[in-house]
Amino acid sequence: MSNLLLTAEKVGIQFGGLKAVQNVNMYLNKGELIGLIGPNGAGKTTTFNMLTGVYQPTEGTITFDGKKLNGLKPFQVTKLGISRTFQNIRLFKDLSVLDNVKVANHNLAKHSLLASILRLPSHFAGEAKMEKESIEFLKIFGLDVYKDELAKNLPYGMQRRLEIARALAANPKLLLLDEPAAGMNPQETHDLMELIAFIRKEFDLTILLIEHDMHLVMGICERIYVLDHGQLIADGTPEEIRNNPKVIEAYLGEEVID
Amino acid sequence: MKKSKAFWGFLVLALVIYAVVQGMISGGILDLYYQNILIQMCINIMLAVSLHIVIGVTGQFSIGHAGFMAVGAYISAIATMKLGLSLPVAIIMGAVISALAGLLVGIPSLRLKGDYLAIATLGFAEIIRIIFLNVDYVGGAAGMVVTNMTTWTYAFVGVVITILVIANFTNSRHGRGCISIREDEIASDAMGINTTYYKVVAFTIGSFFAGVAGAIYAHNFFIIQPTTFNFLKSFDILIYVVLGGLGSLSGATIAAIFLTIVSAYLANFPETRMIIYSLVLIIVMLYRPTGLMGTKEITSLFKFGKKGGSKV
Repeated sequence: MSNLLLTAEKVGIQFGGLKAVQNVNMYLNKGELIGLIGPNGAGKTTTFNMLTGVYQPTEGTITFDGKKLNGLKPFQVTKLGISRTFQNIRLFKDLSVLDNVKVANHNLAKHSLLASILRLPSHFAGEAKMEKESIEFLKIFGLDVYKDELAKNLPYGMQRRLEIARALAANPKLLLLDEPAAGMNPQETHDLMELIAFIRKEFDLTILLIEHDMHLVMGICERIYVLDHGQLIADGTPEEIRNNPKVIEAYLGEEVID
Repeated sequence: MKKSKAFWGFLVLALVIYAVVQGMISGGILDLYYQNILIQMCINIMLAVSLHIVIGVTGQFSIGHAGFMAVGAYISAIATMKLGLSLPVAIIMGAVISALAGLLVGIPSLRLKGDYLAIATLGFAEIIRIIFLNVDYVGGAAGMVVTNMTTWTYAFVGVVITILVIANFTNSRHGRGCISIREDEIASDAMGINTTYYKVVAFTIGSFFAGVAGAIYAHNFFIIQPTTFNFLKSFDILIYVVLGGLGSLSGATIAAIFLTIVSAYLANFPETRMIIYSLVLIIVMLYRPTGLMGTKEITSLFKFGKKGGSKV
């Protein structure tokens, strides 16, 4: 019990007549690095959206760190300690790289609205602390040299990195990465793998990632969940998943097994 | 450090402008006609900047700003004319009640997005206007007689406070929260920003200063009428913000100054006035599609901060 960070029990969501995800049971232990894979349209991102409060599950319960997540809004879920990146990058494009991270750092600062408007000392102290912390995050990702650049002007790979930096600045216990390696070349993917392993250690994180790059998933994940048509069809270590006939069927079709 | 430099630069500039204009008024160089244009300019700047925080900073498309101006105008007029209070008290009363109106309107309507929010705010502003139109206590359609009490000093102090508060708000973690809503609401929410709260905060602050502008406006002429605060007035304010560049405080200020001057000059040509005014707008938007300043601030153009502390 003490080691459990997140549990999803019989979670499902229905859009009108369509059951996008159903009967998903998952658990994440503290410090684990878990993969969530499945063919396109399997419901991976929908599952992420339910874990982060973007969608409310129509059935089942999600518990995080002893608290029920059902009914909470995304910002409340983030405050509890779940932070995420997006499949199609959602940076604040017209803000500087530094400001992108500062936005996520928001909840760690305490200075009030009135203090900011009246420019009380607590405002300056709070803003200086945010600036310092945000630059620390950028340094980890090698982005500190670009801190005054607009986010939209960064090259694609850097934007992906910035999204992870921003997610980390929200001080999560659980980090959800939605296809972090999408569109990256093998070298960039390799660097990303090392980076993920590094931040996990450095920040004592639990990470759940969606990824299509099997090399990355099999390389760094300790356990893997496989979704297909909105249902979990397998879970286990990379080795078990690789040899699971159901998984092979979902990915490659039936004939191949015969 | 950069920011406090802009802050002191702004204060010094404000003091210089005030001293020069006040000197010219005392010296008799500026007659009542020009004084009136200057006060009108100040009112328009306050309106533009107070709408800038809603549309430019937070990205919520509200076109009912004249409604909050009306609340400020009528409440302050009641305070001075019916309750016999002094003008500063009346301005504060008008602003606070206007902010409360903004809060009441904002909480339900800010759940809407884009066009729907625009229509809802337009509707609310019209409701406010119709209420004043039908209340005999404030004169109904005939309007309410108000003593002329506004001076250049009141108007200018109003502008300085409006710009300072809104620039300070924008350049803080709270303002950044609002900007992130404008940039990407879903991501903002996912980063832990309480989007509903910040939208309502921005809307309330905007309404507060629209109320200040309304109060100063009400005491500048001898009468206020509900028709002044119709949706065309809202569009005028919207034009300042869009023309200045969405997201730029100094842009909104410059556009308000520019259009007040154009409008005052064109008063000499009543037949062609609206045609020329529209042409000016079209030409500016053709050559500067993102507005006069884009999203940049004037502080980013000079090494030393000159006007408007914000660098969004």
